[in-house]
Amino acid sequence: MRLELQGISKRFGDLVANDRISLTAEEGEIHALLGENGAGKTTLMNVLDGLYRPDEGVIQIDGAPVHFANPGEAIKAGIGMVHQNFMLIPVFTVSENVMLGFERTRRFGFLDRGRARQEIGELSRRFGLEVDPDAMVGDLSVGQQQRVEIVKALSREAHLLILDEPTAVLTPQETDELFTVMRSLRASGRTILFITHKLKEVLAIADRITVIRQGKVIGTTRPSETTAQDLASMMVGRGVDLQVKKTAARPQEPILEVHNLTVLDETGRVAVDGLNLEVRAGEIMAVAGVQGNGQTELSEGITGLALVIAGSVRIAGRDLTGASPKTILRAGVANIPEDRQRDGLVGDFQIAENIILDVHDEMPYSLHGALRWPSIFEVSQGRLSDFDIRAPSVHVAVKTLSGGNQQKVIVARELPRHIRLILAAQPTRGLDIGSIEYVHSRLVAARDAGAAVLLISSELDEVMALADRIVVIYRGRLTGPFDAASLGREQIGLLMAGSAADATRPGETA
Amino acid sequence: MSGNVTPAPEKAPRRPFLRRALDAIVSGNAFTVTFLAFVSALILGAIIIILATPSAIRAWQDFGYAPGEALRQSWRAVANAYGSLFLGSIGSPRAIIDAIRSGDGASVVAAFIPLSETLVSTTPLMMAGLGIALAFRAGLFDIGGQGQLVLGAIGATIAGFSFPSLPAVIHVPLAILSGAAFGAAWGFIPGVLKARTGAHEVITSMMLNYVGMNLLTWLLTTGLVQAPPRNQAISKVVVAAARLPSITGSSLRANLGIVLAVLLVLGVGWLLNRSTLGFRFRMLGANRDAARVAGVQIERHFTIAMTLAGMLVGLGGAFMVLGVDFRLSPLYSGSIGFDGITVAILGRGTPLGVGLSALLFGAFTAGGRTMQVNTSIPLQLVQVLQAVLVLFVAAPGVIRTIYRIRLTKAGGRVFGGWAG
Amino acid sequence: MSDTVSRQGEMRRDIAATRRRGFGIALFVLAAIILLLFARGTTPDARTTFQFSAPPAPSLPPLPFRALPVLLGLGIVCALLGVVQILWKKNKRIYLLLGVGLALTGVAFLAWSGKGATVDVEGLLMTSLIEAVPLTLGALSGLLCERAGVINIAIEGQFLVSAFLGALIGSASHNLYLGLLAGATAGALVGLVLAVFTITYAADQIIVGVVLDAFALGLTSFFLQSLLAPHQDTLNSPAVFSPISLPLLDRIPIVGPLLFNQNIFVYLTIIILVAVQVALFRTRWGLRVRAVGEHPRAADTVGINVQRVRYRNVILGGIVAGIGGASFTIGSTGQFAPNMTSGLGYIALAAMIFGRWRPLGALGAALLFGFTDALQFALSILNVPIPSSFLTMFPYLATILAVAGLVGKVLPPAADGKPYTRE
Repeated sequence: MRLELQGISKRFGDLVANDRISLTAEEGEIHALLGENGAGKTTLMNVLDGLYRPDEGVIQIDGAPVHFANPGEAIKAGIGMVHQNFMLIPVFTVSENVMLGFERTRRFGFLDRGRARQEIGELSRRFGLEVDPDAMVGDLSVGQQQRVEIVKALSREAHLLILDEPTAVLTPQETDELFTVMRSLRASGRTILFITHKLKEVLAIADRITVIRQGKVIGTTRPSETTAQDLASMMVGRGVDLQVKKTAARPQEPILEVHNLTVLDETGRVAVDGLNLEVRAGEIMAVAGVQGNGQTELSEGITGLALVIAGSVRIAGRDLTGASPKTILRAGVANIPEDRQRDGLVGDFQIAENIILDVHDEMPYSLHGALRWPSIFEVSQGRLSDFDIRAPSVHVAVKTLSGGNQQKVIVARELPRHIRLILAAQPTRGLDIGSIEYVHSRLVAARDAGAAVLLISSELDEVMALADRIVVIYRGRLTGPFDAASLGREQIGLLMAGSAADATRPGETA
Repeated sequence: MSGNVTPAPEKAPRRPFLRRALDAIVSGNAFTVTFLAFVSALILGAIIIILATPSAIRAWQDFGYAPGEALRQSWRAVANAYGSLFLGSIGSPRAIIDAIRSGDGASVVAAFIPLSETLVSTTPLMMAGLGIALAFRAGLFDIGGQGQLVLGAIGATIAGFSFPSLPAVIHVPLAILSGAAFGAAWGFIPGVLKARTGAHEVITSMMLNYVGMNLLTWLLTTGLVQAPPRNQAISKVVVAAARLPSITGSSLRANLGIVLAVLLVLGVGWLLNRSTLGFRFRMLGANRDAARVAGVQIERHFTIAMTLAGMLVGLGGAFMVLGVDFRLSPLYSGSIGFDGITVAILGRGTPLGVGLSALLFGAFTAGGRTMQVNTSIPLQLVQVLQAVLVLFVAAPGVIRTIYRIRLTKAGGRVFGGWAG
Repeated sequence: MSDTVSRQGEMRRDIAATRRRGFGIALFVLAAIILLLFARGTTPDARTTFQFSAPPAPSLPPLPFRALPVLLGLGIVCALLGVVQILWKKNKRIYLLLGVGLALTGVAFLAWSGKGATVDVEGLLMTSLIEAVPLTLGALSGLLCERAGVINIAIEGQFLVSAFLGALIGSASHNLYLGLLAGATAGALVGLVLAVFTITYAADQIIVGVVLDAFALGLTSFFLQSLLAPHQDTLNSPAVFSPISLPLLDRIPIVGPLLFNQNIFVYLTIIILVAVQVALFRTRWGLRVRAVGEHPRAADTVGINVQRVRYRNVILGGIVAGIGGASFTIGSTGQFAPNMTSGLGYIALAAMIFGRWRPLGALGAALLFGFTDALQFALSILNVPIPSSFLTMFPYLATILAVAGLVGKVLPPAADGKPYTRE
């Protein structure tokens, strides 16, 4: 099946998510769509899937224009989508999930579970997608769930498979298995649209690569005609050098001392596994790693948001293991959370209210339980200009600001306090370049003022640009620390993939 | 602070609380939606009135011969009903002026009866709406107003008849506090259950309504509460020293309750907008996750908010029994606990909005009684009007569609499912 | 999201384990109640007589027995059930065991309270069943809506409106079937309003439900007073459906009069119950409904029209509640009275929750709630010193305990109460 997109545009209010995108995927081809987070990949796929309607442009399948009013029509046209967030129902079995919307029935609409089971078995064998039709999806591992999604698409006779960031949550082994499946699907004549932001994978599996940036197609190329470096610069459009002006670090006494920390995730699995870490005043320690390797739980363990089941956390010499988030904030911890809209801001509140979110019960913002609005507005006004927040006034709701300005509001709240430790989780995700540079310079300035900075990031460029020392997190354990200057991108990449973790695990850190 | 101020930030003017609250209501869509919802409710009410007026129905059956008569009959029925609704809630302006001119005490009192009755009906509605609105703002849906109101009334009554010889200065506050404590307890239970077990407050507080009402039914059969000779399901009478004094010093029923209710509206306004506790409540209501990260102890604040909500609603019951009824009877709360939900929604969760909504519904209730006496239209019409009004306010999209107007999205969602 | 998927799996398993333990403990508590509360105060020679006869089944001789040994036996069986519950890890029928335990406790209660007297067990069961009819239908209505992700608090309102119209149309047309049809239609109309406001306009489902209840209460009381009251004889005095006996089956002792000599509402309830139970878990329709209630976006991506499924179910639920509402008038008392459902719609909601959003569970809960209600009458005859108010409270307290997870937490459909929009 040949897919051709001609000038697809999709806008959400003022935001242009897709700007006249054109690309062609040939039959029997693995076509990679490469772009940063927020480049507009997922929007494009939702257009293809019939979830969104494009504002402009034409979709053609095998030369004929098609319009999808809903996902059902896209499925009928032979498009099978594997969403980044799996569209599976945890309380259903595998076969129920696979047949949903495409049910095999006997008389009177009774489900023919036997037939569904049999068809799943056939597909599994044919493409090496092993799944148990009677297992509850909620009980399966992420890799198995992805297989269910692929089986689901294939059972609807999809000839074009769209895989949206399929490797984001997979282990390296699972990724390899996925690639094997993708090759066998290609061999059967199916077309695959592979959406990702990972350069290495694109080079390993794609036949052709289309790079998009800020909603626009930058170009299409082949793995044989390009290099990782070229692709990266097409993706980010800034010659990859994310340079931050900074002098050598002058680390002093340890501020954050994490010893043997063990934290469970919400399901009760060990997410942070006996981890040791030390961050000193005046240095930036980066925790590099692929998303979902325990970063969230690490920061929640330090800030008191998750239950610490073993080990200890000392901040500036005080044992704060299991202390309340409030106590930890009071001890001089600035927290820039990973999901800023969910955890960092109250969207409906004014900027001024967001500026005092976690300090509202301190002087000068309140006295004896009463808020002092004049001081709050005055301080916020100052922060607006100090932190270059572009907003008409401190009274506007923070949800009306751009992502960059929202992040600046958080920075403007967290950094001016008396800070010993800064915990910055994915602090520049989804931001424009100006804001990224601004946030970076603020973090460096805070370091130079004597704060300890713990940077948790899955962006390798960011880690390389900012860190003085680096640890790599993989499955809840750390490798390192390494001196940032002594470590190349390649090595970090390997460690992030977990390949060297067992070999080089030094156990205790310095 | 740096000197290079780029976008010339204007000095934030400090606006008085009332002014800000008023702006919030009048500005933009909230006012338009409410107004159009009110108009829609009146139109629907008019149709219902016509349906319930036999003479109008008969006239419509002859519409083919005498279309004017059908319209005339309908107009008369609607005008009569709404007219007496107005007379019963506010009174006749001319009668009021004449009475004041005449200087005759008795006729002045008589002219003010409608307004007094409106205030009497407003008081418990205001308190119930206020408590439920407070819970709304903290992201909680307190559907247990019925039970909290009943418990508040029980607490106030028991304290009100148990101490025959206390002076009023002590007895009145004591009875009020007792009502507040009982109501608070009925709010505390769903709050603490949510905090400890995650049980949804909508379910638990709704169930507690009926537990509370049955508790009252049972109490009215016990020697402790039931009035001798214990052959009727009514409670002992609150002694005179525990009753809320009249505000006019005359035979009008309006009493200290409405004054206290208004003060509490102002107090909750202060709490929500000027206090750190209220700031945390609003944080919880607007974004629970961010509140947690900012160090708010969510569970504790759930419990506090529900307890305060129960206390305020319970005070409504206390004011009813101490100001007007002086004794309990079965099903004492009527539907005031549920009406409190509609008051809170119509008032959009703001104290000032709640105050105004309660006044409107209080006027409806008082006027409805007059309407029932003067015309053949039953009192329940006002319940229908209230429901329709709130239904439209809760779904501004419907209003947008009916009136073909463009409004930006107004208001947020207060509730997101059992799992919330 | 994929994290969420596996997280929910874990949560479910955890809940299953805690629930098994909780239920086991609950059975021990029941055993303790039987042994310590009932058996201890019973003298060895105390006798109770159970009466099982009702027409048209051939009459059975009364069954007198010594209360003490029976109580001891029931208590021990209950405790054994508790042991089984805790030790038998693979048992899939933990609710059945709990149900049996509750039933045994009910028997023990009757044996204890009826000491020295005759307990009309058949009459008690009859009353429970009849009380359970509107509760089951209301709970099924709630279930049909919530399984598709729409919370239906308007059951009470649907009851009232359909009871009213059932009486009015049944009375005016002298045709009870028209009355039934009118009741079902009225329920469906309230459902339609709920659907338009919450699905199309995404208004808060609980608010709309609560307000619709107030609306229905006001509207029915209004028209009762203004239209029906002046013409009670013609507009508000419908006949009542009389029992239809199934030949031969109604002669079976005990069961016959209960199940095979009832009016149309009992049969309809059984039919609807079985239909919903089978359709929900065995058919394409049910699979899609549950998918929409759990994960509407996933359903949307496989081409299921989420809004249409929700509309259909909310209206279906309205019809079912409408039939339940009609039973209040043309199924039992005939006349409509103001607020005659007096909160039973909320008990139906409680039965749905207590029954874990499952049809059979809802039936079990409705029977349990109906039984406690029926006990009130029995106890006043037997002169047992338990205030009837406490029995009335039972369904509400039981539901609070259930949602607080004290006897194993219940989980609603994941997307229950959440409006669905694509962009």
